[in-house]
This record gives sequence, structure tokens and C-alpha cells, in this order.
Amino acid sequence: MTGPAKRLPHTDAVVIGLGWAGSIIAKEMVDAGLEVVGLERGGWIETGVDFNINTAPDELRYARRQELMLQTVQNTVTARNNSAQEALPMRKWGSFHPGNGTGGAGLHWAGITWRFQPEEFRLASYLSEKYGDEVDPNLTLQDWGTDWSEMEPAYDYFERIAGVSGKAGNINGEILAGGNPFEGARTRDYPTGPTIPTYAPKLFAQVAEDLGYKPFHTPSSILSEAYTNIYGMQMGPCTYCGFCTNYGCANLSKASAITCVLPALVRQQGFTARTRSEVLKIETDSNGSKATGVTFVDSDGQEWFQPADIVVSAAFTFENVRLMLLSGIGTPYDPATGKGQTGRNYCYQTANNVRLFFDDKEFNSFIGGGAIGMAIDETNNDNFDHSGLGFVGGGSTRVGPIGAPPIGSRPVPEGTPKWGSKWKQATTENYNRSMSIGCESSSYAQRGNYLSLDPNYKDRLGRPLLRVTFDFPENDLRMSQYVTDKIEEIGRAMNPRSIERNAMTGHWNTVPYQSSHVVGGFVMGADPETSGTNKYLQSWQVPNLFVVGANAFPQNPGYNPTGTVGALAVKAAWAITRDYLKAPHQPLVQA
Amino acid sequence: MSLKPPLLTRRRLLASAAAGLSLISTGAYARVLDGTAPWQPFAANPPEQGWTGTWRFFNEAEARTIGAMADRMIPADDLSVSGREAGCAEFIDGQLAGSYGTGEKLYMQGPFKEGTPEQGDQLPWTMAERYRMGLASLSEYCRKTYSNEFADLDGETQDEVLSGLETGDIALSPIPSKTLFSDILNNVMEGFFADPLYGGNRDMASWKMLGFPGARYDYRPYLMKYNEKLDLEPVSMAGRAAWQTEATQ
Ligand SMILES: Cc1cc2nc3c(=O)[nH]c(=O)nc-3n(C[C@H](O)[C@H](O)[C@H](O)COP(=O)(O)OP(=O)(O)OC[C@H]3O[C@@H](n4cnc5c(N)ncnc54)[C@H](O)[C@@H]3O)c2cc1C
Ligand code: SF4
Repeated sequence: MTGPAKRLPHTDAVVIGLGWAGSIIAKEMVDAGLEVVGLERGGWIETGVDFNINTAPDELRYARRQELMLQTVQNTVTARNNSAQEALPMRKWGSFHPGNGTGGAGLHWAGITWRFQPEEFRLASYLSEKYGDEVDPNLTLQDWGTDWSEMEPAYDYFERIAGVSGKAGNINGEILAGGNPFEGARTRDYPTGPTIPTYAPKLFAQVAEDLGYKPFHTPSSILSEAYTNIYGMQMGPCTYCGFCTNYGCANLSKASAITCVLPALVRQQGFTARTRSEVLKIETDSNGSKATGVTFVDSDGQEWFQPADIVVSAAFTFENVRLMLLSGIGTPYDPATGKGQTGRNYCYQTANNVRLFFDDKEFNSFIGGGAIGMAIDETNNDNFDHSGLGFVGGGSTRVGPIGAPPIGSRPVPEGTPKWGSKWKQATTENYNRSMSIGCESSSYAQRGNYLSLDPNYKDRLGRPLLRVTFDFPENDLRMSQYVTDKIEEIGRAMNPRSIERNAMTGHWNTVPYQSSHVVGGFVMGADPETSGTNKYLQSWQVPNLFVVGANAFPQNPGYNPTGTVGALAVKAAWAITRDYLKAPHQPLVQA
Repeated sequence: MSLKPPLLTRRRLLASAAAGLSLISTGAYARVLDGTAPWQPFAANPPEQGWTGTWRFFNEAEARTIGAMADRMIPADDLSVSGREAGCAEFIDGQLAGSYGTGEKLYMQGPFKEGTPEQGDQLPWTMAERYRMGLASLSEYCRKTYSNEFADLDGETQDEVLSGLETGDIALSPIPSKTLFSDILNNVMEGFFADPLYGGNRDMASWKMLGFPGARYDYRPYLMKYNEKLDLEPVSMAGRAAWQTEATQ
């Protein structure tokens, strides 16, 4: 550190993090005439400079050495399965892949873009009305404090930012063939048509349909066609290059803040981005009820104070929660009493799949993209009756060929040696003849799962790391067996030579990648005792602070999170520009 | 709330010094293109340099050991050349000489504790240190047990040693044998299957073996060729003229 923090000129609003959430809110505030400073701890990433086909399709660099991800030397988390254990740092990313630099994790993401269902936003009430005390009392489910009538327009708007490709299943209550019959009523179709399924999803959809399921195209921020979004940003059609999840796109086909928002925003008056600038703390006045700005450190080690009237924290689940803990916002959650807002209801996503091996198929698995594919939703959430099943929740079942770069993608049947002649033969035989059916499933809150500051491990600046205490609830493990039975049935009907079942069992393991869908920890709600923000993502305690991201989810349904992160960002942006500015510093909802 | 009129001439993007300011200098410059390639490797958004044509990390004995291991892990047969012939040792050398070897991007603060299997790798050594110490103790083991270096054992014995490391039946210290084995296997496979840009996968040997077309980046013409073997000639980043530097030739 080089001396005391220097003070920067005042700005109307400061945004922490220029991923999906931060960029959208910054854009909407600048469009409304505010002067906005965006602070991003990583670099400025630009398609034309950083991703071209001389460098983009590099599995070693991006998938193995994780170049687009946050480096753990910079910041990581500690992890343990329960409070009796001592948490240890994740020295290398495994279970999840947090982002760094403009675009955030939403740059190297896969692009599957769901809307949650209307019931989700009042899940605790809905399940207790329907199943009463059949719901495991260990779960600490909560309502979101919002409803479908408020969420639908925000989803619609986000879809027009990202250009989402898909086919509607329900427009104004009319169920449409070829779409997802379980989705909430939408006012209009997706902005772009569905992507084309490759052989594996095609085959899956045919067999699933024969079994009575209603397959549909996975909604995708990997674009099927050229599109100009509502900010005037142009996108190109996906070429199914197969270097997608964990990579940047050289074709402007994958929606992210760097393709859909920032290049327009950075040219606008009123916006300043400061990159390689890491926010350390949200500063508040003496009674802790008004944010005065943020302190950040740049890559030279210089500390700065950026005063602002509005602070938006959009630093991804983990860092949003850590910043709240470091800044004294909310009461740290105590798993012993179940009290406190900050760190509460941390959830994940429960990954299940079956792998199929065939003799007589050529899947050309190297063709694909993060969100290409076909899905069914009969296995998801409360789309089936859970009476007497002993669990609630479910997952979205999908076949999604993301590509098959061969360092990481060399499926062989269990029991194959890991090296030598037999390994080589099996690798060559199976490389193009295997596929998997995944079921990305719900993760429900339970009392002992939470986020807190680690008492032992510090980041490079001497501040405590965030500590993740998490294990899969019994409810979710039972759910996993059930949904994996279902996808195994479909898999068998596809007549593979062999099938392998991977239902989630045992403890949460930090080593294998599962998903970056970490949610909760500073949730939205209607009750200030059990939520950090109101339904506008406005802090109950500090009304000029908005905390936006998947940290707001009180639990996670069987869908990927980002469609909802985007919608919540839109919701917060609208609340600020339409209502908050009329009466600054006032709560938009009375506690 | 103060709504000041925005400044007209302000720079919109203030990157701190280390990040460079190139983004905002978007002026169009007249350029003369005269026989030199306008695009230089390692220019725009360069990958980290891998194999440079000379050994930068391994000494001769270590390079021989790794080559011999790669020969057994990926044996030569009808399907492909061996791991050593494909350049796996050169690949690993380049990796260990770079940030992968130094661990400079990883959280390496203590205290170091063993933890549960779910808590992952907690060893206090960088990859470069693991290789250096691990190969030294392997060499010691082989000399004690066989009076020979690993590379000079016959193939069958080499396989026995590798299996002993894989299962942990052979004990090494301080780097556990299982860790040493899995690090080396992991890196050999990376070398065999990565883009040839990094010194391994010579002539795209592994991609030809698998039928992986490499860095083609556009499959739209083949999308609906369901269940057809495509036999696409692979393409690598390294194969493009821009990358034809001494290191990759
Ligand atoms: C490999 C992968 C695949 C995924 N696939 C999908 C998918 O298919 N569908 C889906 O719905 N979701 C997917 N996700 C999740 C998705 O990426 C996130 O939900 C989404 O990016 C969240 O947006 P965000 O704006 O909240 O956070 P981010 O996009 O991560 O942005 C947060 C930004 O804040 C910055 N930041 C953090 N801390 C600070 C600080 N202290 N100071 C300054 N800046 C800071 C970060 O550098 C980052 O740029 C995937 C994620 C990964 C990694
Ligand atoms: S698969 Fe499509 S969206 Fe993904 S990186 Fe390739 S071209 Fe871009």
C-alpha cells in the first residue's frame, strides 16, 4: 500500500463489478442521465483484441490454465462441509470458476438462459401450502418477496439485451408446441430463433418424445442468428466452434457484458470505467445507514476513495457477500440461532448425469457450444407431484454438446486404465461415440450451510477470505437419486452399449467442476430479519446501496441462474431510475 | 442527488498504469505494409510462451525420465507416435518454466494443512518444486531398487514402477508418489492433446488419432450431418503462418 487513500471527485453512482449485473445497471443509470463510475478488479476485455481465431480456440490456456478466471492468488474462498471442520483455502478452482475482468463469469459462461417459474418466487409458501409438513423441516426455504408480474417484464428486457435464442412454450397462457410447456406465461417469444441441435440432442429429443416427454430447445445466449440488441449492439450467429464454456467468443455470438453492453456504454458521456481496481469496502456514515462511497485499491497498490450518492454492489455472489461482511452491512448469519442476514441461505446447484457409450454412433461431439441442445422439464422443480416422495425439487434435463477439446473431453468406460495401450485404444474408440444426459438440479437451503469470514486465511491484502460451509442436504440427495433414475430410463431407451450413472452422493467436493451457480448469502425478501435487501435489491439497512446478483436467491431451483441475475439487475436499475431518484436515500419498501 | 452535465472531453476508461491505455487510442494511422507480416505472434493478446526450442526447466536426466514415462503412458502403436515422440517432455518443460511451474497465480499462503479429500490439494510446493523433488526421489528409488535410472529400465519394469507410483505402493518423500504420478500423467496428457503451439502434439498426432478437427472454429456446414463420420483434416493454431516462429517449427 502506498500511503493513505486519495479522494476522487464525487460521482452520482459507483458500480462494483462490470459483469452482467453491474454493466446493465451502469448502462441504465447512464441512460437516465446519471454520472457513473464502474470499478472492476480485472482488466478491460474486448472481443477484437482478446479473442480472435489465432488465439481463441486454446484449450490449454483457457480451460486448463483458466486464464479468464479469477486467479486464486488474488482472491479465493475457504471451504468445509460443516461447522465442525476447519475450512481450508481453494488453492486452485475446481467446483466453480469465478470470473475476473469486464464481463465477469458471464464472459466465459455457457449461456443457458432460463426464466425461473412463477411459483419459485414464493417457493416456501407454495410448497408448504401444497405439501404441508411433508417438506423436510431442516430446509430453510424462503419467499423472494416479489412475484411473476414484476419479474416477467424484467426477464423480457434482459432477453432483449442478450438476444436469447429459443422458442416460447407459453405466450400469455397459451401453451405452444415445441416450447417448454412448464414455463411461466411470457408476453412474447424469444428475440431470436432456437439454435440447431447436433446429433446427440437430436437423438435424445426423439427418444424422449417417444416416451411421452415434451422436448424443447435449451434457451440460449449463444445466438442462432445475427441480432442487434436494445442497446444497438450487433451480434453474429454462432458457428458451433466447440470452444465455448470457459472461453471467450471470437464471433460476437455469445452474449455477455462485453458483447452486449460495455462497448456501447464506454462510449457514452457520463460513464467512466476503472479497471484493475478492486473495491475493499463500502464506506458508510457514522450510524451505518448511509453509504458514502467505496474504497478501492488499484494495481499499483494505491488506495482511493470514490465518493458517490448511490453504491451498487454487483461483484458476484461470493464477493458481494464478503463486501457486506467486511463493510458491516447486515448482521452476520449465525447457524446456531438461524438469525442474521449476511451469509444466510447459501445454496449451490446439484449436478446429476448419466453417460452413454455406443458402438454404432458418430456424435461429432467436437461440434457444439455452451448452450446448444435440447431439454425436457418434466423432471424439474414441482413439475411433477412430490406427494410421498420424501423430497421437494428437481432438475432440468438436458443434452448439451458444448464441444469436445480433447485434453478434458475423452470419455472412456469406467474401469479403463488411465494410461498405456488399453487406455489409448479405449480413448480412440469412444471419443466420438459417447454422450451424456445431464440433470442440473435444485439446491435448497438448510440451516448449517452459510457464508462467513474465515478466521485464519487472508487475501493478499490481509483481509479475511470468504468461508463457504456447505454440504448437500438430505432432501437434495434424495432428489438426485430420483431424477437420475428418470434420466437413466431415457438413456436406456436410447440403446447404448453401456450406461454410467452419476447421481450426486456424499459430500460436496471442491475438486471436480460442478457449476459456478453459487447463490444466496445476502438474499432478497419481504422481511428484513431474514433478508438483506428488499425486492428492489435495495439494502434494508443502507437505502442508497443496491446489492445485485445471485446472492439474492433464497434457494436455487433446477435452472442455471443468469437469466434471473439479468432480470434482477434490470429490476434494480428500473427501481433506481424510475422510483429511487424521486426520493433519494429513502427505502422503496417500508420495513 | 446532483445531476451534473457530463464532461464532454473526458476519457471514458481509466485503466490503471499497469493495464495500459491502448483501448482508448483508437485513432486511424496510415500504415505501409511491405513484406513483413503485419500481425506478430505474441502481439495482441498473447498466450504465455511454452516450449521455446531449448530446455529451460529440466536438466538432461529429468528430461530423459519424463520422456521415458511419456513413452510408457502413451505408447507408440498403429494409432499414433508415443508421448515422447509427440513432444510431451518439451511441453512440460515449457509449462514448468512458466507461471504453471512457479505457481504465481495460485493462493500459496499458509498455514498448510492436509484437510479432507473434499478440500483438495493443499501441498505447500509449486509444480516446479514438486517435479524437481519428486523426480529426485524417484531416481533415488530406481537406483536403490534396480541400480539404474528409470529411463534405462526395460519397458515392463518401467510399467511396474509407474503402477507402483499410481497406487502409492512405492513410497516417495516429500512429494507423495501418487501426487507425483498424477501430476506427470496429467501434464503428459495435456502435452499430447493440446494445440501444437505449446511444443507437444507434434503434427497433431493425437488429433488425427481421435478425429478431432482442432481449431476450425466453424462447423455450420456439418451441423446436420447426423451420425456421419466426418474425417475432417485437423487445423491447429500453431499451423497458421502467424505462429511460425522458431519455437514452433
Ligand atoms: C464456466 C461457467 C459456465 C456458466 N454457465 C452458465 C449458464 O450456462 N447459464 C447460466 O445461467 N449461468 C452460467 N454461469 C454463471 C454465470 O456466469 C453467472 O451467473 C453470471 O456471470 C453472474 O453475473 P454477475 O454480474 O452477478 O457476476 P460476474 O459476471 O462474475 O461479474 C462480477 C464482476 O465483479 C468483479 N468484481 C468482483 N469483486 C470485485 C471487487 N472487489 N472490486 C471490483 N470488481 C470486483 C469481477 O471481476 C466480475 O467482473 C456460468 C459460469 C461459469 C463460470
Ligand atoms: S460455440 Fe458459438 S458462441 Fe460459443 S464460442 Fe463458439 S462461436 Fe462463440
